[in-house]
Amino acid sequence: MADLENLIPALIVLPMAGFLITALIGRRLGKQAHWIPVVAIFAVWLIAMALCVQVLTGAAPLIPDSNSSHGYVVHWFTWIPADKFTVDVGFVVDELTACLLIVVTTIGLLVHIYSIGYMSHDPGYWRFFAYLNLFMFSMLLLVLASSFLVVFVAWELVGLCSYLLIGFWYRKRSAALAAKKAFIVNRVGDVGFILGIMLIFVSLGTLDIREVIHRIGELDPTTITIIALLIFAGAMGKSAQFPLHVWLPDAMEGPTPVSALIHAATMVNAGIYLVARANPIFAHAQSALVVVAAIGIFTAILAASIAMTQTDIKRVLAYSTLSQLGYMFAAFGVGAWTAAIFHLMTHGFFKGLLFLGSGSVIHAVHEEQDMRKMGGLSNKIPITYVTMLIGSLAIAGIPPLAGFFSKDEILGESLKAGFFWVWAIGFVVAGMTAFYMFRLMGMTFWGVFRGPKEVWDRIHESAPVMTGPLVLLAIPSMFLGMFLGLPLGASRINEWLAPIFEEGQSILHGGAAEPAYALFGIDGVLIIASVTIATIGLLLAWRLFGVGIGPIRLPSRPERVRDLSARVPFLYRASLNKWWFDDLYHVLFMVLGGRLAAAMWWFDREVIDGAVNALGEATVDAGRGLRQVQTGRVQNYALGIAIGLIVMAGSYLLLARG
Amino acid sequence: MSDSLDAYLVLSGMLFAIGSFGFLARRNAISMLMSIELMLNGVNLAIVAFGAFGTAASAAAEGSIVALMVMAVAAAEATVGLAIVIAIYRNKKTPLVDEYDSMKQ
Repeated sequence: MADLENLIPALIVLPMAGFLITALIGRRLGKQAHWIPVVAIFAVWLIAMALCVQVLTGAAPLIPDSNSSHGYVVHWFTWIPADKFTVDVGFVVDELTACLLIVVTTIGLLVHIYSIGYMSHDPGYWRFFAYLNLFMFSMLLLVLASSFLVVFVAWELVGLCSYLLIGFWYRKRSAALAAKKAFIVNRVGDVGFILGIMLIFVSLGTLDIREVIHRIGELDPTTITIIALLIFAGAMGKSAQFPLHVWLPDAMEGPTPVSALIHAATMVNAGIYLVARANPIFAHAQSALVVVAAIGIFTAILAASIAMTQTDIKRVLAYSTLSQLGYMFAAFGVGAWTAAIFHLMTHGFFKGLLFLGSGSVIHAVHEEQDMRKMGGLSNKIPITYVTMLIGSLAIAGIPPLAGFFSKDEILGESLKAGFFWVWAIGFVVAGMTAFYMFRLMGMTFWGVFRGPKEVWDRIHESAPVMTGPLVLLAIPSMFLGMFLGLPLGASRINEWLAPIFEEGQSILHGGAAEPAYALFGIDGVLIIASVTIATIGLLLAWRLFGVGIGPIRLPSRPERVRDLSARVPFLYRASLNKWWFDDLYHVLFMVLGGRLAAAMWWFDREVIDGAVNALGEATVDAGRGLRQVQTGRVQNYALGIAIGLIVMAGSYLLLARG
Repeated sequence: MSDSLDAYLVLSGMLFAIGSFGFLARRNAISMLMSIELMLNGVNLAIVAFGAFGTAASAAAEGSIVALMVMAVAAAEATVGLAIVIAIYRNKKTPLVDEYDSMKQ
């Protein structure tokens, strides 16, 4: 289908058009403002799905100069034609992009639909949809672009959209501050990314991604390692990895659909996408890969430990997102790249589901986000409850839901790749994940309602426009793992992504064949182990925070929780205070940085400005002194003329004669 | 009439020097104008002397013509100069040039 190729630019043109139209005339459309954006994204979704089917079934043509990767390469126009420095705006749709397209467009579409209900009472309705379309444009450009520089532009654009949408309720001071924080923390990573791009250009003379990854082996190992680490710095910012993780929890100040779309399912995955796209660079830089694995798994356990005590429903989910992103980076770091993308896809769906579900809960209890004022909602909002239960089981890694397959793949691969520490920490995190998710479920849906009575009486299920997307997201949360992860050992996702990672894997493993998958050997043991730890976490949460699934009923035991937290006061307070990272950064950057800035300001004012002002004053003074010469008396001037004449004539006489 | 050009030039130089001194040293504007006339006449004398002692056939005539022109210009200059002095005098109520320092501003 050659026609499909021509539709690729439409993937970004449509949302851009939707953004422009809505931004220009949206105010006049009022409550109908959602039509243009939603239809635009629906069209994008259709095109993307058609493309993905073509690419993933191998019906698409082979990509030039690649061994077995199917897909489309489209050159749209040359953006910067400057002699040797040319930047083309082009698109590549290969298997990796297709996987991302599935997540981005599907969740994007469902979030758009959900927002019709969620934002219906907001005065900024049209503005919200305009921003959402701008985000879709940027995100699609990010995954489609064929040049590092275009990726960077899209990278900044998604950051901008994130800023605009976190600060959507900009009259609220905390939202405005959170937006600023997200933007600034992201900039730190972006500096690394742009430096990496510059280094790539300086050493290879091109920014075309495919060319760069083919030729990266020409460079010396140190340069490759530096490039890899710089690119990873960018990924750390966008995917909120330690130590740049502080912005993501605060980003929950934005409207919940934004949290679902940008801060759980798509934008934060951009970091994973970037490192996966640049996988041969990392394959040449194995020390960088270890750094990636260490930071990933550290973020995973750090965030999971914080998530266990937070009381804001969205913040629990935010820390959970951090933790899962950490898993993905850890998987990437140990060389289990397919597993990283697999987890990215499944996580996108169930985390999107959980966030949209939390939005539905927040709506039901009248914009309350504190889980201590919820409880017993399972009968009042059954659809939200069931879908969120599915999401929680999926993320906890209970088979056969989606999260089980991807998480097990990560853990198994890390152990088999020889990273025992990654596996051990990841194993603990798996238990913690199940615990904090069912703590959330217990505090929200089971037990008794702890909020005000008048709120309880008015709790009702959300409109179908909101529950519809929940149900539609619950389906992939249940089945996507089975669809992509089976048969074990030769899964579909492996088959899809093998061409992408072939080159990098052969560099990484030196062509050695992987050991065969052994369900009744090491792999089976690992599966049983990870299911066991997830179940332990889940049962522990049930025991402490209650449960009420059908016949399984347990009351919540707040006194036991208090006892336990009193037993480990340091750990409890550390978790509650997010390990004091916000305070540390406050001291480091706000207080000390502020002092440094004040000192610089003083230096600038006193020394730099002082020098300039002194020069100016000296000039004025010199002028004032020289003004004395100008007496205004004609005789003085005449004397000057006479002396001048005498001097000239005298010197002529002396020199001409002499 | 002496046969020596030098005598004329010395006299001319003295006249010019006296004129210059007067122009620079006298404080009265009228005196300064008079000093200018002295300088001009010193120069005129030199021109005529050069003409008279010149070797070319028409030298004497040319020197006299130039001297006459200088006189005409000097007359015009004196007229304009006096008019300016009177105008300034009306403003400043003084003929002394060291009071005329409005060029300073």
